[in-house]
Amino acid sequence: MITDLFSATVLIGILASGIRLATPYLYAAIGETFGQKSGVLNLGVEGQMLLGCFAAFYVALTTGNLWLGLLAAMVVGALMGLAMAYVTVNLQAQQGISGIGFYLFGLGMSELLFQRLMGTVETVKGFPKLSIPVLSGIPGVGEIFFNQNILVYGAYLLVPLAWFVLNKTTLGLKIRSVGENPDAADSLGVSVARVRYFTIILGGTLSGIAGASLSIALLNVFQQNMTSGLGFIAVALVYFGAWRPFGVLGGALLFSMVNSLQLWIQVLGIPVPSDIAVMMPYVLTILVLVATVSRVRAPSALTKPFEREN
Amino acid sequence: MKKFAWILTFVLALALIVSACGTPAATEAPMVEEAPVATEAPAVVTEAPVAPAEPFRVAVVMPSAINDLAFSQSMYDALMRIQEEMGGPDAFEIVYSENMFVVDDAAAAIRDYASQGYNLVIAHGSQYGSSLQEIAPDFPETSFAWGTTAETFGQPNIFAYEAASQEGGYVNGVLAATLSTSKVIGIVGPIEVGDAKLYVDGFKAGVAATDPSITVNVNYIGSFSDVALASEAATTHISAGADVLTGTAQMVVGAIGKAEEANALWFGTQSNQTSLAPTIVVASQVYHWEVALHEMLTLIGEGTLGGQSFKADLANGGEVIEFNPDYSLSADAQALADSTIQGIIDGSITITLP
Repeated sequence: MITDLFSATVLIGILASGIRLATPYLYAAIGETFGQKSGVLNLGVEGQMLLGCFAAFYVALTTGNLWLGLLAAMVVGALMGLAMAYVTVNLQAQQGISGIGFYLFGLGMSELLFQRLMGTVETVKGFPKLSIPVLSGIPGVGEIFFNQNILVYGAYLLVPLAWFVLNKTTLGLKIRSVGENPDAADSLGVSVARVRYFTIILGGTLSGIAGASLSIALLNVFQQNMTSGLGFIAVALVYFGAWRPFGVLGGALLFSMVNSLQLWIQVLGIPVPSDIAVMMPYVLTILVLVATVSRVRAPSALTKPFEREN
Repeated sequence: MKKFAWILTFVLALALIVSACGTPAATEAPMVEEAPVATEAPAVVTEAPVAPAEPFRVAVVMPSAINDLAFSQSMYDALMRIQEEMGGPDAFEIVYSENMFVVDDAAAAIRDYASQGYNLVIAHGSQYGSSLQEIAPDFPETSFAWGTTAETFGQPNIFAYEAASQEGGYVNGVLAATLSTSKVIGIVGPIEVGDAKLYVDGFKAGVAATDPSITVNVNYIGSFSDVALASEAATTHISAGADVLTGTAQMVVGAIGKAEEANALWFGTQSNQTSLAPTIVVASQVYHWEVALHEMLTLIGEGTLGGQSFKADLANGGEVIEFNPDYSLSADAQALADSTIQGIIDGSITITLP
C-alpha cells in the first residue's frame, strides 16, 4: 500500500493541494515578515484574516463582484493594521498583548457581523480556476502549478516581490534598519514611525487578502472562526523562514505538503492511526524549527517600541 | 508605565466586547452561595409548560454556532420548534451561549444559568460532562440535560440524550452505494470519537451491506473547525476517484463546496445541508431533539428533574432522513431508502458496528 503513494495521481494530488493549502499562509506570513523586519510583532494576524474573510465574502455575496470583495478585505485589513500601528507605534504598547487583543477583536467582530448580516452559512461562486495557456498543458506540472485560481498565483508572485523590496530597494533598507537599529536609522533621518506604520498596514492588507483567499477563492463559504489558528501558524512560519520571504515559502510549502500527504495516507488506507497522521505536519515543523533555530537571529528591535532619546 | 496601564485597559475592554459577543446572555457573576433557585417552588414549574403564567425558561450551552448547519444548529432548531408549539417566547423562553469551545467557559455559563433560575439547562456537548457532574448537585431544583451521552451520573436532576447516528449513517450509506458509479466513496470526519465515529461506522456498514465491492475511504482531519483542511480532504477523495461524499461535524461546509465543484454527490448529517449545494445533496440525516426534549418537559412537569436517558433514532422520530426535493432520486432508489428505514425501525435490519 505504501507503494500507492508513488503513483502519478497521488503525487500530483499531494503537490497540487499542498500548493493550494499554502496560499493563505503565504499572504499572511509575508505580511508579517514586513512587520517583524521593521521591529513589530503582530499577533493579530488571525483576527485581521477573519475580518478579511468576512468582508470579502459578504461583499462578494451582496454585490456579486469578487474583485470588490477582495478590495473590501484589503481595506478592512489595512484599517486593522492602522489601528495596530497606532497602538504599537504611538502608544508604544506591549506588542504581544495588544496583538492578542486585536485577534480577539477580529474573532468577535467577524462573528457578530456574520450573525447580524447573514445568520446562516451560505456559499458564493469564488474565483474560478485560471489555466495558464500552454503551461497548464504540461502533464503533471501543469495540473500542479498552472491550474489554480488567481489568488494562488498571486501568493507565489508575492514571494519574489517581497524579497526584491526587502533586499534590493531603499524602502527595504529603511525597513531593515528600523528593525535592527532604530536609533541609528532615526539619526540618519529615517522616520521610524512612518516606516512601521507602512509595514503594519501592509501586513494588515496582506492578512486581509489571506482571509479573502479562503472565503472567496479556496473555500467559498464563511463560517465563524473559519481560519482556526491559521494566522498563528503564519506567525510561526516567519520565525521558521528566518525572516526571509523564500524561507517563509519553504516553511509554508513543507507544512502544507505534509498536511496533504497525511490526507492521502488515510485515503490510501496506509495503516497509520488518524491521530498520528494529523500530528505529522506539526511534529515535522517543530523538528525543523529545532534543527535550524540557531542559524539566524531575529531583528534586534523586534517587539521593542521606539522612543527617541532627548 | 502609564502607557502600559492604558493599553492593558484597552485590551481588556476589547476582550470584554468579544466575550459579550460570544455569550449573548449570562454576564452576571454567578452567586452560588445564595442559591437563588430555591425561591422557585417546583409547583410553579409544574404549571409552566402548559399554562404559561410564568414562562418555562430554557438555557443551552453549545460548542459551536447556532447556525453551523450541524451539531449546534440541530439543538437550536429543535428548541425553536418547541417554542413555536408552546406559543412563543412568552411561554417558552430560550437563551443560549454558543461557541463554547473552552470547557471552563461553558462550565461558568452553565453555573450562571442555573443560578439565574432557569428551569432546564442544556449542556449540548459530550465534553461538558465532568463540569455538569460537579455543578448539578449544587442546584437540586434545576433540571439539567447533557448530550450526547447515555450517562446521567446517577444524578436525580440530569437527563442524558444521544442520537443513534449509525442508523441514519446506514441509510445514507445504502443510498450512496446505489448511486456511486465509480465504486469509490469518500468520508470526511473530524476526530474519531463519539457521534462522528458512530455515523461514519454506520455509513460504512450501509455501503458494505449493499455493495461490498465499493471502496470507502475515510479521512479524519483531526479538527472540528478546520474548514480549509476539510475542503482539501474532499479534493483528495475526489482525486482518488470518489463520486459520492459524506462527512460529519461543522467543518464539512468546506467539503460540500468541493463536492459541488466536482459534481460529486453529498450526504449530510446532523442538520439539513441541502441549502449549501442544492444540486448535489441527496439526503441528510437530521436530528430532531424535540422528541427527547418533549419527554423531558413532560417529566419536569410531573416533578421528575432527571435521572433518565433518551435516544433519538429513526423509530421514535428523533432522527429523520430528509431528502432534497430538488434532487431527482429514481423510484427504485427511493423505494430502497424507504425499505431500509422501515427495516431499521422494525428491527429486520441490524447494524453491526466494528
